[in-house]
Amino acid sequence: MAFFKRMVPALLAAALLGGAPALADEQYFPLQSFRVGPYAAPGSGFFGGFIDYMNLINVRDGGVNGVKLTWSEGETEYEVEKGVEVYQRLKSNPGVAAWNPLSVGIAYAMIDGITKDKTSLVTIDHGRTDTTDGRVFPYVFPLLMNPYSESSGIINYLAAKEGGPDGLKGKKIVVLYHGSPYGKETIPIYDLLARKFGFKVVQIEVPHPGNEQQAQWLQIRRERPDYVVLRGWGVMNPVALTTAQRNGFPATKIIGNVWSNSEEDVLPAGEAAIGYTALTTQASGHDYPVLKDITEQLYDKGLGNLSDRGRIGTVYHNLGIVNGILNVEAVRIAQEKFGHRTLSGDEIRWGFEHLQLSPERVKQLGAENLFHSINVTWDNHEGQGYVTFQQWDGKKWKVVSDWIAPDWALLRPIIEKSAEAYAREKGIKIRTEADVDTVSAK
Amino acid sequence: MSLSADVPVAPPRVNLRALGLLALLAVAVLVVPVIASPYVIEAILLPFLALSLAGLGLNLLTGYGGQVSLGSAAFMAVGAFAAYNFQLRLGVSLPLAIVLAAATAAAIGVVFGLPSLRLRGFYLAVSTLAAQFFVQWALTKFSWFSNDSASGVVAAPRLTVASLDLDAPQGRYLFALTLVVGITFLVHRIVGSRAGVNLIAVRDDETAAKVIGVPVLRTKLVAFAISSAIIGVAGVIWAYAYLRTVEPAGFNLDRSFQVLFIIIIGGLATIRGAFLGAALIVVFPLLLARTSSFAFEGLVDAGVLKLVERVVLGLVIILFLIAEPNGLSAILGRATARLRAVLRRG
Repeated sequence: MAFFKRMVPALLAAALLGGAPALADEQYFPLQSFRVGPYAAPGSGFFGGFIDYMNLINVRDGGVNGVKLTWSEGETEYEVEKGVEVYQRLKSNPGVAAWNPLSVGIAYAMIDGITKDKTSLVTIDHGRTDTTDGRVFPYVFPLLMNPYSESSGIINYLAAKEGGPDGLKGKKIVVLYHGSPYGKETIPIYDLLARKFGFKVVQIEVPHPGNEQQAQWLQIRRERPDYVVLRGWGVMNPVALTTAQRNGFPATKIIGNVWSNSEEDVLPAGEAAIGYTALTTQASGHDYPVLKDITEQLYDKGLGNLSDRGRIGTVYHNLGIVNGILNVEAVRIAQEKFGHRTLSGDEIRWGFEHLQLSPERVKQLGAENLFHSINVTWDNHEGQGYVTFQQWDGKKWKVVSDWIAPDWALLRPIIEKSAEAYAREKGIKIRTEADVDTVSAK
Repeated sequence: MSLSADVPVAPPRVNLRALGLLALLAVAVLVVPVIASPYVIEAILLPFLALSLAGLGLNLLTGYGGQVSLGSAAFMAVGAFAAYNFQLRLGVSLPLAIVLAAATAAAIGVVFGLPSLRLRGFYLAVSTLAAQFFVQWALTKFSWFSNDSASGVVAAPRLTVASLDLDAPQGRYLFALTLVVGITFLVHRIVGSRAGVNLIAVRDDETAAKVIGVPVLRTKLVAFAISSAIIGVAGVIWAYAYLRTVEPAGFNLDRSFQVLFIIIIGGLATIRGAFLGAALIVVFPLLLARTSSFAFEGLVDAGVLKLVERVVLGLVIILFLIAEPNGLSAILGRATARLRAVLRRG
């Protein structure tokens, strides 16, 4: 009987559609990827991992509750105007779930547009920090870790290394940052942390793309800091490590941020990178069940996205997989509320605003120790991700710390102040909790 | 003395051509906003208009005046940031902000044009590089320009003229189109005027120009001023109407080269060259990407496909320049002449 009960509406629907084969429900991910240009290595690793995970969901589970995931790519070369063109081109496709451009510049240029479209914009581990404030930015999600949390996580780690909160008193830290919107984002926060912990901070810019750093490292040599925090991107990172070695600055005293933490950053530096430590939100390696599934069900059958199998389980590939998990789980959470069907962008926004994955749930997903947990709420779009630190031994990354929590309470007032200023400038009404459940089905 | 022989525009049969241009304009104003999709406006027409205008400005200086400049993107940045700051700090209306931005760009243009009084050719090109680097450095270094925004990126204000809201794609398109058409008409008048003839005289032989009484120094500086002002307005369109964010990194040396290539490919010392060149630079890569993704998506590695596209784009540009070193404008001129001959015979 149950079978017939289920069949009747289906048959009715089929009859109403005039016998045409009913279209399977699909959820579409437009991908603004970059596989050529100076940032091809992070781009191909990240989007490779993201696609691999979505593909795994389709192949292994038959989609999310039967809803197939689809995607198409547009090349941005990490350039803003190309990213905008791809956004304009792909946004008219049906069933757009969320945008993941992996570029602060492109994300900035999309905020107005996606807010009008009511579609989410995910900037995992990066992005504009004040978009953490969901009261002002309902559709923007700097998931896991925004740049301020990253800075706080690094300083907490260094303080613990020096024996506690007072350990950094009187020390000197140089922050070497990429000359781009991404690189400049944390300047005020390091000044604040320096005041709080009592260390002296010197912030030095490396002009994009960063393949010449002799002047900067000469200055670092004069400053004689206790640590150098490397906020690099792409080619800037290996050049920093080799130039440091040439100037006699030990790699063990250099701490990389989340965009200076990949194999592609250290391998070109060779010997100079041994002992270098970097922050990450997701561990590297392929000992996690989800990566085993990807290897067996995709790569062994020729369905994997990376052309080089050796890159499976590298930092960027794993970040892409974690990004896939977060996107897919947001869709799943939204489906529990709105039904197992193609959802609107706004419905998926609701899913992101309830994206709470406890360590137990992360384990169920086969990602235990790959990343810690996430706890997104309507007004906190970052979700309090934990960070960990890994050291390069010349061949692979070795985790050298526990999961560390950034000082969210310290950062929140600054984020709110900046978001409120943005709201005033743009004439945006600040949301309240009541607005969260007003969801557009289109 | 007859001017028309020296000036590529303003040919004898002005009426026919004027009619054609009017028809084109009517289509651009009346038909395009109605039928063009937001994608066509946002991703193709707006960057096309902004880069055409920048090309037009540079063509005045480089094509007509013979002064090579690698600082176009810097003047775009000056225009965009000046308009933003005038609106933010003085609260002036958008049209006034654009005029002030053009004036600011012109002033900076004159300053960096001063070396042109002593330098020529490659040496001048290198000295305009200074403008490129200095402006970008200053805008990044002093966060006052971007209203102390943490990342140096600012969101452009809403586009409103009087009480007219131009924030929709169509509105922004008409805003850009109005500026481009108005300025193109002005440039057309300038190159046909005494000043335009002086400019060409300076380009062709500076010494001879001086001998026949052309005020060389003033002509060069005026060319730098007008050219920079136009490129500054192009920067406003780029930032306000197209990207809607303003950031120094978007106006880097690559953009300067892009504008220079537009006029070389389109045709130096012609007005339509800037438009043809911008069309090739903006539209052709998109067409290529669409075609290749349509034909090969999923079959070839996406990264490899992109690299092949770049090779093809480079080859096409080289072929165009071999076929016609005077650019697309000359090719178009030959094509219309042939068509006219056929029509006359038929």
